[in-house]
Amino acid sequence: MAEFHPALTQADWSAVWLTFKLASVVTVILLLVGTPIAWWLARTRSKWKGPVGALVALPLVLPPTVLGFYLLVAMGPHGPVGQFTQWLGIGLLPFTFAGLVVGSVFYSMPFVVQPIQNAFEAIGERPLEVAATLRANPWDRFFTVMLPLAKPGFITAAILGFAHTVGEFGVVLMIGGNIPEQTRVVSVAIYDHVEALEYAEAHLLSAGMLIFSFLVLLALYSRKTSVWR
Amino acid sequence: MDSIRTLLTAITATLALGLTTPMLAEESASAGAITIAAAADLKFAMDEIVEAFRVAHPDAKVDVIYGSSGKFHTQIQQGAPFDLYFSADIAFPRGLEEKGLSAGPTRPYALGRIVLWSPGLDATTMTLNDLTDSRIRKIAIANPRHAPYGMRAEEALRALGLWDALQGKLVMGENIAQTAQFVQTGNAEVGIIALALALNPTLAEAGGYHLIDDRLHEPLEQGFIVTLRAKDNPLAHDFADFMTSPQTRAIMSHYGFVLPGDAVEE
Repeated sequence: MAEFHPALTQADWSAVWLTFKLASVVTVILLLVGTPIAWWLARTRSKWKGPVGALVALPLVLPPTVLGFYLLVAMGPHGPVGQFTQWLGIGLLPFTFAGLVVGSVFYSMPFVVQPIQNAFEAIGERPLEVAATLRANPWDRFFTVMLPLAKPGFITAAILGFAHTVGEFGVVLMIGGNIPEQTRVVSVAIYDHVEALEYAEAHLLSAGMLIFSFLVLLALYSRKTSVWR
Repeated sequence: MDSIRTLLTAITATLALGLTTPMLAEESASAGAITIAAAADLKFAMDEIVEAFRVAHPDAKVDVIYGSSGKFHTQIQQGAPFDLYFSADIAFPRGLEEKGLSAGPTRPYALGRIVLWSPGLDATTMTLNDLTDSRIRKIAIANPRHAPYGMRAEEALRALGLWDALQGKLVMGENIAQTAQFVQTGNAEVGIIALALALNPTLAEAGGYHLIDDRLHEPLEQGFIVTLRAKDNPLAHDFADFMTSPQTRAIMSHYGFVLPGDAVEE
């Protein structure tokens, strides 16, 4: 062990930065997209509540390979998404950072929607009714009553969405193409190191992931007011 | 009460199933069983070889797992239950042999070739120099860090001074089969893949290929071993011997592999 002086290479640092960037972008998008979905799911009495809820939860049970396979085919030149992105003039999504963002948004969706939905459901109708009698308009009610009350749910959602995106591997391997600074995230870099028998480098990145993940979960479980049971 | 009884029955049934399955597996092992780890370029050739092998061993259980040579190399060192290991780069099994993880010497079984392949463009009229064309946006190769076909692709592109110019276009497959799949789905316009894959009917129907001059890269010498754990498994040794049979040689030639003992180049 005396000879063991590993250090992260330039390529590894760029994978760490890329992973951070991907998880941040995906979390922001998911908070924007997921909130209205969670709001609707929490309050609707529509017969579509079940199907939409099941659709959102699918990535919890589907193997990432299913998502990766369909994304690769759909976003390819002959797939519907690929035809659309080409028509828009932005080219094809596989092997690009944007493609990973799209894949991760689907993949991490339930981890963001469900905590927010649970928070909304726990708050219930009562505070909104009270606010309405005080003549708050619907937007006011949402932004000044619901959002502050649901804050713990949003924090949980953001942490889980971010962490789950950092932990993504299967989907990235299938639609990423392992391009430095574009699609080579930490999990893929670890896989590469192991395959190339570079165990010291693999250890370093893996230990980093382990510590990061533990701290994230520690932060989550140590919070007193956990809305997401 | 009823639901508890149902639950208990279900648990008992599950346990019983779990306990008897290994026994069933053991029973078939009396006719012999082997697990083969094979480089992804062998995908179609090995399927046919196993089929031919089964004619003489109808009750034998032969499983083949395809993947990258580098990955299997790592896994066997960690005790993976493979009885034979076919690598696209002979250096990997030789490394295992040196570490005493092989039941015998490493045997060369073929020379691989790399080709330029595309379902969308006419690859038969293309050369590597055409890859700089702006109409080609993505080029798939196997990851040169651990996939032998990727290493050779990199060498060929470097030999022509194209490697640096193509950096922005290269996407990397985990193994040579995934590389071909990136091209087949149209997500990369062209790919540098194994001749053995380009000759497979499905891919051959989709597009033509251009054989890359093998003076541009180190030879893709492929080798296999019977692993240490299969030392006393007669079926594993039977299969190893079957690799030199006329039948196997015919299948391998059909898939574009140059065989040991044959002229290297026409």
